[in-house]
This record gives sequence, C-alpha cells and structure tokens, in this order.
Amino acid sequence: MVPTPESSAGNGSLAPGGAGSAARNVNGSGPGAGGPVANGPRSNGAGAGTATVAAPATSRKDWVSDQEVKWCPGCGDFTILAAVQMLLPEIGVRPESTVFISGIGCSSRFPYYMNTYGIHSIHGRAPALATGLAIARPDLDVWVVTGDGDALSIGGNHFIHLMRRNVNLTILLFNNQIYGLTKGQYSPTSETGKVTKSTPYGSLDAPFNPVSLAIGAEATFVARTHDMDRKHMTEMLRRAHDHKGTGFVEIYQNCNVYNNGAFEDITAKENRASNLIPLEHGRPIRFGENGEHCVVRNPDGSLRVAEVADVGEDAAVIHDEYLEDSSPAFALSRLASGPHEPTPIGVFRDISRPEYSEEVTRQVATAQASEGEPDLKSLIFSGGTWSTN
Amino acid sequence: MTPPITNEADRVDTVKDEEVQGEPGDPELDLALSPPGPSEEATEVAKVVVRFAGDSGDGMQLTGSRFTAVSSAIPNDIATLPDFPAEIRAPAGTLAGVSSFQIQFSSSDILTPGGMPDVLVAMNPAALKAHLSDVPLGGTLVVNADAFDTRALGKAGYESNPLEDGNLKAYRVYAVPMTSLTLEACKDSGVKPRDAERSKNFFALGLLSWLYTRPIEPTFAWIEKRFSSAEMVRDANLRAFRAGYNFGDTAEMFETRYEVKPAPFEPGVYTNVAGNTALAWGLVAGARLARMPLFLGSYPITPASDILHELAKLKAFGVKTFQAEDEIAAAGAALGASYGGSLGVTTTSGPGIDLKAETIGLAVSLELPLVIVDVQRVGPSTGIPTKTEQSDLLACVYGRHGEAPAPVVAIKSPSHAFEAAIEACRIAVEYRTPVYLLSDGYVANSTEPWRLPDVDALAPIEAAFATGANHADEEGRSSYWPYVRDPHTLARAWALPGTPGLEHRLGGLEKADGSGEVSYDPANHAAMVLIRQEKVDAVAKSIPPAEVDDPGGIGSAPVLAVSWGSTYSAVLAGVRRVRSRGLEAAMVHLVHLNPFPENLGEVLARYDRILVPEMNLGQLSELLRARYLVDVQRITKVEGLPFRASEIEEEILEALGRGDLMAKESSDGADT
Ligand SMILES: Cc1ncc(C[n+]2csc(CCOP(=O)(O)OP(=O)(O)O)c2C)c(N)n1
Ligand code: SF4
Ligand SMILES: [Mg+2]
Repeated sequence: MVPTPESSAGNGSLAPGGAGSAARNVNGSGPGAGGPVANGPRSNGAGAGTATVAAPATSRKDWVSDQEVKWCPGCGDFTILAAVQMLLPEIGVRPESTVFISGIGCSSRFPYYMNTYGIHSIHGRAPALATGLAIARPDLDVWVVTGDGDALSIGGNHFIHLMRRNVNLTILLFNNQIYGLTKGQYSPTSETGKVTKSTPYGSLDAPFNPVSLAIGAEATFVARTHDMDRKHMTEMLRRAHDHKGTGFVEIYQNCNVYNNGAFEDITAKENRASNLIPLEHGRPIRFGENGEHCVVRNPDGSLRVAEVADVGEDAAVIHDEYLEDSSPAFALSRLASGPHEPTPIGVFRDISRPEYSEEVTRQVATAQASEGEPDLKSLIFSGGTWSTN
Repeated sequence: MTPPITNEADRVDTVKDEEVQGEPGDPELDLALSPPGPSEEATEVAKVVVRFAGDSGDGMQLTGSRFTAVSSAIPNDIATLPDFPAEIRAPAGTLAGVSSFQIQFSSSDILTPGGMPDVLVAMNPAALKAHLSDVPLGGTLVVNADAFDTRALGKAGYESNPLEDGNLKAYRVYAVPMTSLTLEACKDSGVKPRDAERSKNFFALGLLSWLYTRPIEPTFAWIEKRFSSAEMVRDANLRAFRAGYNFGDTAEMFETRYEVKPAPFEPGVYTNVAGNTALAWGLVAGARLARMPLFLGSYPITPASDILHELAKLKAFGVKTFQAEDEIAAAGAALGASYGGSLGVTTTSGPGIDLKAETIGLAVSLELPLVIVDVQRVGPSTGIPTKTEQSDLLACVYGRHGEAPAPVVAIKSPSHAFEAAIEACRIAVEYRTPVYLLSDGYVANSTEPWRLPDVDALAPIEAAFATGANHADEEGRSSYWPYVRDPHTLARAWALPGTPGLEHRLGGLEKADGSGEVSYDPANHAAMVLIRQEKVDAVAKSIPPAEVDDPGGIGSAPVLAVSWGSTYSAVLAGVRRVRSRGLEAAMVHLVHLNPFPENLGEVLARYDRILVPEMNLGQLSELLRARYLVDVQRITKVEGLPFRASEIEEEILEALGRGDLMAKESSDGADT
C-alpha cells in the first residue's frame, strides 16, 4: 500500500485521524479548532517542520527490534523478515509511521521483531484491527502478517472482506500449509489426505488456493512468491506496498519442523526452472530451462501448460496484470492444484479501484465542507425544542 | 425532536411515498392553513395513558410518536413504550402481527409510560384482542369498526363480533368507521383507495388529537415536510388527519374532550429524545470532550442499529462509521482505530456481545480504550429481538476468559443515555480500558423530555497521550515503556503510532509490567492480573457515591429498593406510590455496575430489607450478594416488557407486610 499523499508520514498532519478530522473544542471554537490535539504527541514539536522534507533515510538496523527472534532455526519466516527489513529502508518510509499487525501463529510473531509500531492481536482478526487503523489513520503505512490458518480458517471472513473493500494496506500470508504454532495440525491449505496429529487417517477436505480465493474476493493486487528466492520476494513485497489499496502476497513458506519440504517440488533450486512459472507483465508466459514450456489458452478459456515445440512460438498467453476482468488471473491461479506441478509466481493481478480509507475520509471531508463547522449544541437542539421558565 | 422511527414495521409507513402514484394533488388543497376553530370547553384531567394498537402495517409507531411530539409541545411530561413484533410484517391481522405504542402524558412529573391504558385505540380485531386484558373495566376503547369484518375477526380468533355481541359492555366503546371515513375524505384527492386506506392511522391521530385537545398545527407541518416529495401521500394524510379531528368535533359521539395541562418543568430548553439517539449524541460529545475523532465499528442488529444510523449521519463531526462484516470485525476495527488515537466504539445487542468477547479481552490486555454498547434484548440466542431485558449484565461483567475485568455503566432513561455515554468514554479514555455501556430495548426506543445541558460546561476528558521517553535504564539511556502507569488511575502511558522514537509492540501475550515486553514470568503475571483489576477498581474513586433517596435519612426506611438501568423509572415511581400511602421506602440507583460506588457496601448495610428488581433472574442480586454478603431479595421479570410502577409498589408493600393495601388505590396515581 501507499499512504495517501496528503497525510504521508512526517508531513505534519497532526490529529489522530488525519487532516480534516482534527479534534475540536466542544463548542467548536478555541485553540483546538482545526488544529492539533493539544496534548497529542506531535504538538510538542515532534515531527513538525518536516512537512516538505523527504523522510530521512533509514538503514536495515533501524527496522530491527531488540527482541530475540524465536522461530525454529531454518524456518522460512526468517527469510521473509530479512526481506522486509531490507526493503523498508529502500522505499523511504519511516519506522514511526509504520505499523505491523498480526494475528496468532508462528508467522504472527513477526511484529515483535520489527522496530516499528505493531500489534500481535488475536487469531484471525488482524485484518479487522488493521482496517480500523487504516481508516482512522490514512497517514500510516499498515502491514498485516498472517498465516494460512490465521487468514483462511478462523479469519477467512475478514480476509475476503478486506479484499473486496480494498483498504490501503499490505497483507503477507505466510503459507506453510500447516498449523505451525499449535504443533502441526493440517490447515485449510494442506493437501487432501494430509496425515497430521489431528488427521491420522488423512485429511478429508479440499484445500483453498489463496490466490484464487483472493481474486474471487475482488482483490485488486494479488501476487505469489516463496521463501527460497529473496530477490523475487522483495520485488513482490515492493509491488504490493506500492499498490494503492490492499496488496496481497501469498508467500510459500517452509515449516521445517511440521511440514518440511512442502514446496520443494517447485522451489528447490533444481526444480525451479521446470516447476515455477514466472509471471511478467506484457511477456508471453514461458518457463523451463530454455523457455521450452509455455501456458496456452484452451478453447473453453481455461489455461494449460504446453510445450512450445508442440504449439509454436506464438501460442503462449501474454500476461496482463492490469486486466479489469479477473477471469484470466483466476485461470492462471488454477494452473496448479498444489505445489507439486508447474505453479505461477509473480503478480497475478494489479488493478486500480477506489481505496476504502480514502473514500471514508473523502465522505467526512465533503460533509464537513458542505455542512460547515459542526457544533454539539446545534446537534442536541436539532429536534423540536420547547422552553419553560 | 421527531422521535426516530425505530420500528422496522414502521418503514411500511414511509414506503408509502414510493408506492403511491397517480394524479398530482388538488392544488386548491390547503389544509395546513385552515385548522378547525376552537371547540367547546374541555374537561381537565391530570394524566392520561393512551395505547395505540394495530397491525404492524398500520403505522402505530408513527402515530404514537406523532402524538408524543405534540404532547411534549404542550408541554406535558411524557413517557412512552413502543412494543412491536420482530418481523417487518408479521402475518397481517394476526395477534402475532400486532404493534403497539403506549404513551403516558401528564400535568405532573411522571416516570413511566403507565400501566393500564385509559384509552386503547384498536385498529383491528387482533389489536383489540391482544390488548383488551390490559384495559381496566370502564376504560375507553376507540375502535376502527370497519376492520371488524368476518375475515379479520376470524384471523384474530373471535367467534362473534365483540362490537356487537355485548362482550364489551364493561367498557366505554367508540366504534368509529375509520377506514371508510378516511376513504371518503380522500375521495376527490386523486389518491387511489388502496393508498388512501393506509392513511387511517392519521385519522386515528386526528381523532385522538381532538379528544385530548392536542395542538394540530405541528402535525400539519410535520406531514407537509415529511411527505413533501410525495404529494399524494401528503394530501391523503392531511385529509385523513383533518377528517379524524373533525369527526371528533362533529360526530357528537364523545361527551367531552379532555385537557391535560402543561406540567411544571424546571426552567430550561427541552427536547423529546429516544435513548438510542441520546446515546449516539453522547458518544459524539464524549469524543469531542476527549478531543479525539470518533470511530464506530458496528454490525446491524435490533435494537442497536439506530445508533449506527444516527452516527452515520454525523460525518460533519468527523465521525467515521464502519459497517463491518460481523461483530468481531466491528470490535476489531474499533480497537484498531483506538490504537491509532481515535475513540473506538462498537455498538450491538446480546448476540453481538458474545462475538465480541475475545476482542474485548484483547483490549483489556492492550489497555486501550474501547466503548462497547450493548442494547440488551431478550435472550438467549436470537430470543425476541424487539423485546427488552437486562440479562446481559453478568456477561458484561464477567463474560471473557481469564481475569479480564472491565467497567460497566448502565443507562437509566432515554435522556440519561447522553450523560452515560460521555461517562463511558471518560472511563475508557482516562483508564485505557474497554467499557461496557448497557442500554436496553426499552430505553433505546422510548422517549422522554430532556432538559438540554449546557455543552460548554461539560468536563473535558484527558487522553494525555505519551509524548516522549518515560524510562531510563541503568546507563541513563532513556526510552519509552508502554506499561509505565499513572500512579492514581494506573492508566498506562499511551503513545500513538506516528510519534517518532516511541515505537513499540503490543500484543495479547502477557507483558512485563513497565516495559511491556512479552513475559512468561509467573510473578509478573500475578502482578499484572492484580494491576489490571486494581485499575478497574480505581475507577470507583472517580465516580460519585451512591445517592440514597430516603426522606428520613439513610437507614431510616425499613426497606431499600435498588435499581439499575431502565428499572430506574419504575422503581422510583413504585417508591413514590408507597410513600403516597404514608409509608416509608428508600431507593438507590446504580449507574456504575462495575466497579460499584465506594459507599455502596455501607449503604446496603443500613437496611434490613433490600429489594432488587431486575429484568433477568437476579444478576445484580448475585453481584451484590457476592460482593457485600447481604441478603438481597430478587424481584424478577422476564416478559420482555419493563416493570410497572404498581408491580414495584406491590413488592415493597409485601416487604413492609402491608400487601393488603394494594387493594386500595394509591394517591400517587401519576405512575401506574
Ligand atoms: C481463538 C483461538 N483459537 C485457536 C488458537 C490456537 N492457534 C494458535 S495459532 C493456530 C494456527 C496457526 O496456524 P497458521 O495461521 O497457519 O500460522 P503458523 O503457525 O503456521 O504460522 C491456532 C489454531 C488461538 N490462539 N486462538
Ligand atoms: S513451527 Fe514451523 S513455522 Fe513455526 S517457527 Fe518452527 S519452523 Fe517456523
Ligand atoms: Mg501455517
């Protein structure tokens, strides 16, 4: 996501709630009118005077908290943490204006390790808290970190509604196809038949494909990456962050304790060329050591993998991230039914649609512009009144 | 004010606008400017209880609220009780589909909408059947005679027509052909008969306005304004209203008109307000007093939705309202907004309270403000959505896992919602805690005159955000610790995102006191549990002591009645009735249910007999017994309707050993 320009970090927009909704005195006048919250943090000069100056540069260490990272050694989460901590200095945001909100799970410990503002909330509800914060404070750069259980099981409802609202934030789904924190039960992304402690005879339910789900839920930005390629991951995170609205990234993440090797078929160095399908906007979708495989469209509109040798050089589908119609992106997401066959990674979809918190702020500003200085007294006198003496 | 139309069923009245088509109204029609002239002398009465009852499509809530508005303009003292089915349109003509609105209007101070109605306006047989048993013998029935056809009688379960079979001999019956008179009045207006027929509620309003010498201009003006975009409906309603009024004047059916003189009000400016409206305004006021933007996260549910509706209109106040995907998200979004420095509020009713519990527990742990409004309704489960109850008290005091204390404030009457909402905001912000604000279906929908406060005199709420470092380590390096506390309130230092240098992480994991870092240390946890409890307990230092109403001095009366929430008015009225018999009774009302006022234990210790009437099975009684080891006597009512003053009176008389007196009418007849 990108913070809205009029309220970006350090521009001296003072009241919580951003410009325009600055708290006023009860009678609508006096020193507080239209101005800062008198006892607010930024009225003491902190942050003032930086209005037109670009945010001071930060380095990776500015983003690293003093907390010891407690994931299992070898966990894919480390790669993601490093990628985020290296990306943030590059994109010129400030720690004080950055908030990480997570649910519960191994992945959701993430905020503790970031030297930013953050909340480690409750299971599945990070999108709800983040939505409220993003609406209330469009000046902040809000990130959600969640797991496959957190986002798609207990928090499934919030997840889909976040997508459709297009709230300005970036959401990273650490998909390890397992419940890590609770020690290895199957998750809504585990393959059918998964044998775990809670499914000793194999799981029975069909998994979600998070990318399909997000596209179906009207997401405006959907990408997939994995924890074995930090460069690709960083690029996806950057793109998701740059996107105005909800930027969703599914990250295949190895849980080396409870689901080790879940993505090996496609992410191991030796398998990548043949099993990862990199999506690049405006380019034919081809993969393989020598680009010998490609993705072609079937007569019914669905997509399939084919050999260039069989279908010809020009047969491959040209990837277009910006299509309003979500069917092609959805078709791409259906190419692989699990990470054991050629699987697209990259940006599936990047379209523009009004961003929710900006729209909320606009409605408030419009009402304030047309209805004038609000006054508590006239509000409570707005019904019929009578006087006695 | 125009009381909001809270009944889903009443939307039926308003959709008339869209439904009516046809020729434009008669341009010559100028009813509003030609009210009927003054009529002959009226008989003066001190107070009257009128109940309008009809099918849920008959517009009884609208009729009742209009009658209320003109009565408050007299000004009479008033209290109202809307009562309607949960279905938007229950099967027409059936008992289940009956909607009613009771109003008591008086020339003296009243507290309740009254018990038995002096006058029952019944728009159809089902309405008569459903409510007749509440009308005292000798009471007045004003009946729409046209509605008593065989089919309608059958639907209501009448074997013969009560208007003809002599079964209503004990009442004073006025059988008025309201439908046909309304149709007649609208004959040349171009309004289709089917649509004109729907204006018969205005005929009833006109008739009652004549009978009780209510001013008619405000109603004309209101109809003009309300239906300005639908001329046909406007004209039909104006004609029907006028026809009803004139019918009273000319039909020689009524021996006399009645007059209820203005009530002595304390000097001031008044408005007539519903609980949900006053509550919404109180939240706006609370946020302003705290100089924080108001953020409401809500999911629609009866009877709380009107608070969302009201706040959604108030964007000019900087209010942001968010209709979430469910109650969990509504609470979560409000908490997220609070984290960012807004005053986060979430509004709901019982089922939603269950869903929000985990998020409220998180707010307890994060120590952030969150106001949770519970407009209680009949439970368990979906229960009876439109009926009132007070059965969520224990859920709010205790209903979270772990030791998760939270303050609870309850609204005692419609206008009190304003003040109580500000109080909930104060506690939430100044103590950094979730606070429950309890309302109920009765106070939410009923109205009362409200002497408007001087908003400039309201005390500010101090958020006192953290602005800098508050901790120094051994080497003298300073930093911000989120769980450093104010020594008096025990509120933690609250830094907002956006403040440079104060970055910190919060979470639901147990935190080390002071630094706020994750801590699994047993001793620290024990300390934190106690601190969180002490913080909530400390709220008691900031609230007024329980005020005992005992004319002979505290401890003088032999019995004390304890009220909370909306039982306030019935309990006070019941106590007054007892006193009017020359007996002594004391009363104390609790606005704060957690923590209790500091002196409450002492107060209770002064009385031998303590009665606690509640619309549940004795939830406050349990809290009082557990907390103070006193033998309070529970008085319970779970019928979906508020207590009546006479019911409380009877309980007190029993407790005084004077139950025999109930047979004799109390001289304080103001509230029954
Ligand atoms: C309401 C609630 N139910 C259950 C749990 C237990 N729980 C914690 S994390 C978790 C699953 C986490 O899985 P996932 O989201 O995939 O995160 P991971 O640990 O794999 O990163 C569960 C079931 C909880 N904390 N809260
Ligand atoms: S259990 Fe799995 S996901 Fe959790 S920290 Fe360990 S390796 Fe990572
Ligand atoms: Mg997982």
